[in-house]
Amino acid sequence: MGCEPLPEDRREVVHVHRVSVSLGGRTVLRDVDFRVGEGEFVGLIGTNGSGKTTLLRAILGLQAIAAGEVLVAGRARRRGGPVGYVPQRVAFDHDVPVRVADFVALGVDGTRLGLARRGRGVRARVDEVLASLELSALAGRRIGALSGGEQQRVLMAHALASRPRLLLLDEPLANLDLPRVHETIAVLDRVRRAEGVAVVLSAHEIGPLVPVMDRVIYVAQGAVACGTTEEVVRPEVLSALYGHHVDVLHVHGRVVVVEGEAGDPGAHPEVVVR
Amino acid sequence: MHWLVEPGFWSNPVVTTALALGAVVAVVSAAVGVVVVVRGQSFAGHALTDVAMAGGAGASLVGAAPLVGFLLAGVLGGGSMEVVGAERVRDRDVATGVVLGAAAGLTALLLYFVSSASSATGSTQSVLFGSVFTVSPSVVPLGVAVAAATLATLFVVRRPLLLSSLSPELAAARGVRPRAIGLVFVVVLAASVALSALVIGAILSTALLVGPASAALRVARGLAGATLGAIVAGVAAVELGILASYDSFYWSGAHRSVPVSACVVGVVLVEVAASALWSRLRRARG
Repeated sequence: MGCEPLPEDRREVVHVHRVSVSLGGRTVLRDVDFRVGEGEFVGLIGTNGSGKTTLLRAILGLQAIAAGEVLVAGRARRRGGPVGYVPQRVAFDHDVPVRVADFVALGVDGTRLGLARRGRGVRARVDEVLASLELSALAGRRIGALSGGEQQRVLMAHALASRPRLLLLDEPLANLDLPRVHETIAVLDRVRRAEGVAVVLSAHEIGPLVPVMDRVIYVAQGAVACGTTEEVVRPEVLSALYGHHVDVLHVHGRVVVVEGEAGDPGAHPEVVVR
Repeated sequence: MHWLVEPGFWSNPVVTTALALGAVVAVVSAAVGVVVVVRGQSFAGHALTDVAMAGGAGASLVGAAPLVGFLLAGVLGGGSMEVVGAERVRDRDVATGVVLGAAAGLTALLLYFVSSASSATGSTQSVLFGSVFTVSPSVVPLGVAVAAATLATLFVVRRPLLLSSLSPELAAARGVRPRAIGLVFVVVLAASVALSALVIGAILSTALLVGPASAALRVARGLAGATLGAIVAGVAAVELGILASYDSFYWSGAHRSVPVSACVVGVVLVEVAASALWSRLRRARG
């Protein structure tokens, strides 16, 4: 289950090269090394507190790294690089006077100083992104008045508006019900193909991602393990990964992940169809 | 109209100056106030009025124009508040509270010196409660210049400022430096507080900063609309306040006028109450 090399036909978008990160004297990530290729859909899987958020923030330049380097599109990481970011939670006040379309436009020109009005190009891009995320109907609403799921979709539009090469999403599925989870994944899969953007999405459950993921990066104890979905989505690997028994069934050419055993307290069997 | 506008209102040069300067100050306060409310910095805005008060008291002690004292103290105090500034909201509140307390103490001390020096009679009153009727015409050009510079700065930084107000994390990821933007904004805020301290006094300037803005934010949907609404509400409050204060001299019978600051704040309160009522009615209707 090596993290290298990239699939042959992919150009590298990000290279996390032997990165270590310490938080308050504790080593959270140690010697982490992987690459992500153009247009790839990568699941960053790990339990809460395993360092997924820290890793995403390190790629963004929001987190200082103790050793190693991060290359984004071949250049040293820097804030404001060609990377879109959807944090796990942004709490907008209910009465924030910002419409969805204006917030998405800030994804393009939010860093610009100056007197000039917002250009037609920016507004056209906003319309395009809103349409591709199925948000056009919400364009005139205040962001604070939206539901949590809608706000998250708007954050995705904001992150995509500047046409990034890489989109990082921190636990975007954590607070969604199962139909919404599948809908969100389907939208992301469509958008990454349409826009040619690589998607790295952190999650603590692998199941719903299996149909679309190209590769899995598993984070545990400060280290990562990588592989294609075929390499990782196997009962012995997944059972070790979760610490309890997981079945992977192949039925009529589909992959079904059944997590937890019957009668297992807290187990919630999950079915994923490919 | 005679019953509404008492004689001499339009022909009195003191009133004309007050109306013009008051309008300029109201525009700045309203525009800055919208951002203050969005950023949740009302408390910092109020702390800056105390800092400005100390500066105004210091200025009258050395015989300088109060506006200069308001400005210098506000920029220094606000800048240090932001530089010390804490990331967490609670730490920021504590830091602001400490600055507020220290500034108020300093003000008390300076005003004590001012009131014991006989040459500066009345300046305690004007530092605390201001009076646009007593503003010396020589201060007007400086006031207008400060207002123009403040508005221009606010306009230039509006997008990074809005983004970092909505989410410092997102702004930082996009390459905005939230601390730098925060520092610029606190200077803008200090200038705006200094201007409104001139018109309605340091103590009450928070009302002109936050009142029209919060009223407009309840009613408008977008930021541009809210800013425009706040400007209209702010200018209306100052102009109506000046008119009411002028008229009250004739109405009271005792020929003592109600201070401008009290009248302005009164109008602001009516606006805030009306907007609250309006948004409640709108919500009730669905």
